[in-house]
Amino acid sequence: MTDKIVIKNINKSFSSGNESKAVIDGINLTIADGEFIAIVGPSGCGKSTLMKMIAGFLPPDEGSIAVDGVERKGPNANGILISQHGSVFPWLTVQQNLMFGLNDEQVDKAAVADHYADLVGLKGFEHHYPRELSGGMLKRAEIARALAVKPEILYMDEPFSALDALMSLRIRTELLRILEEERHTVILITHDVEEAVHLANRVVVLSNRPASIQTIFDVPFAHPRKLSDPALQQLRDDILRELGIEC
Amino acid sequence: MIKLKKIIPPLVLITALITLWWTVVVQTGSVIFPTPLQVVMGALELIEDGTLWEHISSSLMRVGTGFLLAVITAIPLGLWMGRVDGAYATLNPVFQIMRPISPIAWIPLAILWFGVGNASPIFLIFIAAVFPLIVQTAAGVHTIEPRYLNAAENFGVSRYKLYRQVVIPAVLPDLIVGMRISLGVAWLVVVAAEMIALRSGLGYMIMDSRNAGNRYDLVIAGMIIIGVIGLLLDGLMRLMEGHKSVRWRYDR
Repeated sequence: MTDKIVIKNINKSFSSGNESKAVIDGINLTIADGEFIAIVGPSGCGKSTLMKMIAGFLPPDEGSIAVDGVERKGPNANGILISQHGSVFPWLTVQQNLMFGLNDEQVDKAAVADHYADLVGLKGFEHHYPRELSGGMLKRAEIARALAVKPEILYMDEPFSALDALMSLRIRTELLRILEEERHTVILITHDVEEAVHLANRVVVLSNRPASIQTIFDVPFAHPRKLSDPALQQLRDDILRELGIEC
Repeated sequence: MIKLKKIIPPLVLITALITLWWTVVVQTGSVIFPTPLQVVMGALELIEDGTLWEHISSSLMRVGTGFLLAVITAIPLGLWMGRVDGAYATLNPVFQIMRPISPIAWIPLAILWFGVGNASPIFLIFIAAVFPLIVQTAAGVHTIEPRYLNAAENFGVSRYKLYRQVVIPAVLPDLIVGMRISLGVAWLVVVAAEMIALRSGLGYMIMDSRNAGNRYDLVIAGMIIIGVIGLLLDGLMRLMEGHKSVRWRYDR
């Protein structure tokens, strides 16, 4: 597999007043094309900062991030960030939201939008406004809006954290089904280790602040994965132990 | 039923105030201060000879023109100031200095520049209406949540689309609030602005009734009409808050 994203020795600190606090401390990571990477770590360790840098919203102080061999300079539509708090535009309908990222020259934008609405189970809600949708539906609309532009990379920053366990599991299953159809490289930040082993090819465990890579676990199981599989459970426990939680 | 519950208490209060006014005038035996009946009769007199409509339409025309000029100026300027930090840093202090200057203070300059025709009151109304709208628009742009702007940046859309589908819809609720405030101030200033008007307008009518024979019934009729029209104008602006694409902001 070819390298999609190459992260070389990046550092980031934030200064408040005279104090400078290191947030990211020397992270190296190479992500292959089509790979699904999950990043877990203690809360407040700098996961979101790392994601913002990889997605291009924040430049690293040192080091470099290259996508397809080209150094990252700002965000672009090749990789779409699905943020923790959601960014579906409340003043546009579901269909208008899904059409938002599509090129103006593209024909039949509405049909493309409706196809992706259908894909995430929002058929019949195309003309609804976001305030008329539930939290889970909003999340799915956001994922559909990202998928509609056929991005090579999806950056997902705790996308399911605001959902209940059942809804989170359902959307995860849908996401895997979609990824079967349309291959994307995915980077997922999560605090849910089970979610990580359910979805990812590799799980990156970050250390406490300032974040560096503590360990990387391979998840050598084919999809569909059963969460009750003892080997998967074992791996989950290993990762939790790495995070300092004994089960 | 719910509507009735909202309407009855203010109606009762207004009736009580009118009764109080009437009683006090009768009790004190004032010769100058009119009773509510005299005010109504005075207004009817003006309706019959047609001058009331003339005054109302002149005032509305001036306020409408001044307000529209303010909207055309303030919205692009406010959007620009909201998006470009340099423009904000340069212009905002100037507008903050201009804003607290009462439009009445501009009257001598208005006469100097525009004479005593229609242009002077329109200019004064414009001055009164433009600053609050600029400030509100720029503030609206500043409060757009970064996650929406980030998303737009992420999808790499054109400038036109960024404004058309993100910036403008996001500030629209603030624009409506700004326009309500701005139109309210414009209407508030109409009396002062029409002190220098030639021969028409509700403000002129009030001043003229006082000067030409102490017709206090017409003064009060003019005041009440200004108040009622102001209420109607605000109601008209509030209708915009019901539009589907801005409800996301008000329904919370």
